[in-house]
Amino acid sequence: MDLGLSEEQELLKNFARDFLEKECPESVVREMEEDEKGYSPQLWKGMTDQGWCGLIIPPEQGGSGMGFLDLVILTEEFGRALVPGPFLSTQVGGSIPLLGWGTDEQKKAHLAKIASGDEIWTLAMTEPLARFDAEGVQMEAKAQGDNLVLNGTKLFIRDAHVADFMTVAVRTKKGANAEDGITLVAVDAKSKGITTTALKTIGSDKQCEVKFENVSVPMANVIGEVDKGWPILNKIVLKAASLESAYMVGLAQMDFEITVNYAKERVQFGRPIGSFQAIQHKAADMVTDVDGARFLMYRAAWSIAEDEPDAEQSVHMAKAWCNEATRRVVAHGQQIHGGIGFTKDYKVQLYFRRQKMADLMWGDVDFHRELVAQSLGV
Amino acid sequence: MDLRDTQEEAAFRKEVIEVIEKEAPRAEAGVTFEAMAAKGQSWFKKLAERGWIAPAWPKEYGGAGMSQIEQFIFNEEMAVRRAPRPAHLIIGLGMAGPTIIVHGTEEQKQRWLPGMLAGTDIWCQGYSEPEAGSDLASLRTRAVKDGDDYVLNGQKIWSTIAHVAKWMICLARTDPEAPKHKGISYFVIDMKTPGLEVRPLTNMADTHEFNEVFFDNVRVPKENIVGEENRGWYVGMTTLDFERSSVGSAIGMRQEVEQMVEYALLSQDSPVSALKQNPMLRLEMADRLIETEVGRMLSYRIASMQGRGLIPNYEASVLKVFSAELHQRIARTKTKVMGMYSQLMPGEPMAPAQGTWCHQYLRSVGYTIEAGTSEIQRNIIAQRGLGLPRD
Repeated sequence: MDLGLSEEQELLKNFARDFLEKECPESVVREMEEDEKGYSPQLWKGMTDQGWCGLIIPPEQGGSGMGFLDLVILTEEFGRALVPGPFLSTQVGGSIPLLGWGTDEQKKAHLAKIASGDEIWTLAMTEPLARFDAEGVQMEAKAQGDNLVLNGTKLFIRDAHVADFMTVAVRTKKGANAEDGITLVAVDAKSKGITTTALKTIGSDKQCEVKFENVSVPMANVIGEVDKGWPILNKIVLKAASLESAYMVGLAQMDFEITVNYAKERVQFGRPIGSFQAIQHKAADMVTDVDGARFLMYRAAWSIAEDEPDAEQSVHMAKAWCNEATRRVVAHGQQIHGGIGFTKDYKVQLYFRRQKMADLMWGDVDFHRELVAQSLGV
Repeated sequence: MDLRDTQEEAAFRKEVIEVIEKEAPRAEAGVTFEAMAAKGQSWFKKLAERGWIAPAWPKEYGGAGMSQIEQFIFNEEMAVRRAPRPAHLIIGLGMAGPTIIVHGTEEQKQRWLPGMLAGTDIWCQGYSEPEAGSDLASLRTRAVKDGDDYVLNGQKIWSTIAHVAKWMICLARTDPEAPKHKGISYFVIDMKTPGLEVRPLTNMADTHEFNEVFFDNVRVPKENIVGEENRGWYVGMTTLDFERSSVGSAIGMRQEVEQMVEYALLSQDSPVSALKQNPMLRLEMADRLIETEVGRMLSYRIASMQGRGLIPNYEASVLKVFSAELHQRIARTKTKVMGMYSQLMPGEPMAPAQGTWCHQYLRSVGYTIEAGTSEIQRNIIAQRGLGLPRD
């Protein structure tokens, strides 16, 4: 039993850390907050060149052939550097659904382009109801000949405004219970009838409202089977939650490092504030929270990668815990910085805001706690 | 990264499970040390036959010579399967024994180790004093050289099971002029020595574990110093390498939460069901389960580091603080599950679970204080772990 990383994983992690430190400094993060697309084509090309866009895509399809756990480790570094752009969206909306459930034609048509950075994808699940369970998928799609016709609105969809394709969750049948009658379909973002508007969000992450008006999609674009899409969607969301947890851990770790350094340098009453016990105890609590979050997150990611029987429960536990633990960390980060941390110009607020974004995305603490309680049988 | 056992680990775990299932009595909650000592004497003998009574001791001294990972697996299975542990022997096997193995003379080893292993000799600790708790190095019990002996005067407090112990490991000041850490010596004291008086302290859980020990011209032969005179503080620090008990307790907490859930489910059809009356309770129980998983992973992290030859530093303090505080939260959630009935103390015939949940709520108050307070642990994490400057 070993919680450490393999040599290859250490290499990936350390390389990514150094690369992103150089190529994605604070100035790029801030620039992209104001940028319409929200990502730098130069950085995107750099990431593609490293083989990261196709990290989990097999080499035969132009990818790097690595596993889910490796993607999680890379994502933690992305969180640390607050990397802007549609990397996570493309994994969650494109690589993961197609690799898991795509037909051979779908894989042939798209995986290579995802790996080369030429296709951006996103998962369009949530609607104005803003729920991450089956009940939240109400938008209707009606069969018309060889096509599905989509009507309705999706909301909080990351990077939809730059996406080439969206994996959209639609309701093709109203069954006895909500989990019955959901279909996943890959939609060309340039289809007639789609209107996308980027929203101004706390995490500056380009979540969008996407309106569908009689959008026609060929049946061949269905991922999995018609009406039977919920089990697939659930598995995608579990992986998405796992990746989001990794992102959160990375950003919390960096917030913590910035904060400890500040405590060592900031002098008041003739001594560094880090010598006061109140600050030391907050810092000690931040360590416990970051470390606990990291290892619980790894545990869940490993369980998913190994298809363990308790993988689902462990993801709910990890997301619930990471949500709260990273929230505590960034809150302490703000408090220890005092006034300077409260300004827009100082960097620590960049982490605070993105923590809340990641916390809410794919289920907040109460959503996941509830599922843990159910798994306990209470 | 692999949470599964290696082949060797799996084989060892299988062996441990077989022995526990075959020989261990079903654990029951006993609230006194005497009760714990009485139960399962034959089980402890079986452990001793394999050297498993002292898992960390080298084989040449009668222990099992287990590696860190093996100790971890052993502790995990003992906790998960609720096998009784000889708690009354822990100071001998876990503290005094390892110290004597590393620092003792051959004569001292032959004199004291066999009794520890056989379970015939109970050991206690004379460390803390009324004026020396977290600041242990400021201790004042004085040991003055007099011919071939030292004469001890002073007082110790919080001496667990001193009232039944045969031997005490005692830190006393032999050089009051030296800087405080450099004037202390490590003594082994025969509890029957004239001048030694043990007075019981009842804790707020209404049990007697701790004692005060008064030294009135207690004569201790110089052969009973372990290590060099005035090096006692550093001799005492050796035991940290051998100490595994805090890791074990983090592992057992998941079982405790499952037991709590079991109780809640069993009583859910009764009119007093907390689950029915309190819709928040199930989420609180989910929180406790999640936290035990965090504790388990923090324990695995330490074992994993040791398996790679790394030495945990602040990580042990992180685990200690987290486990102690989680124990308290679990005890509190349990009082919500049992409601008004959790007020009923051990000895009260109407008390569910023999009053152990009530007892535990009170006993767990001490967990964030003993073996290094949470405040001290946080200082250690911040200073040793993060390099923040000393106050």
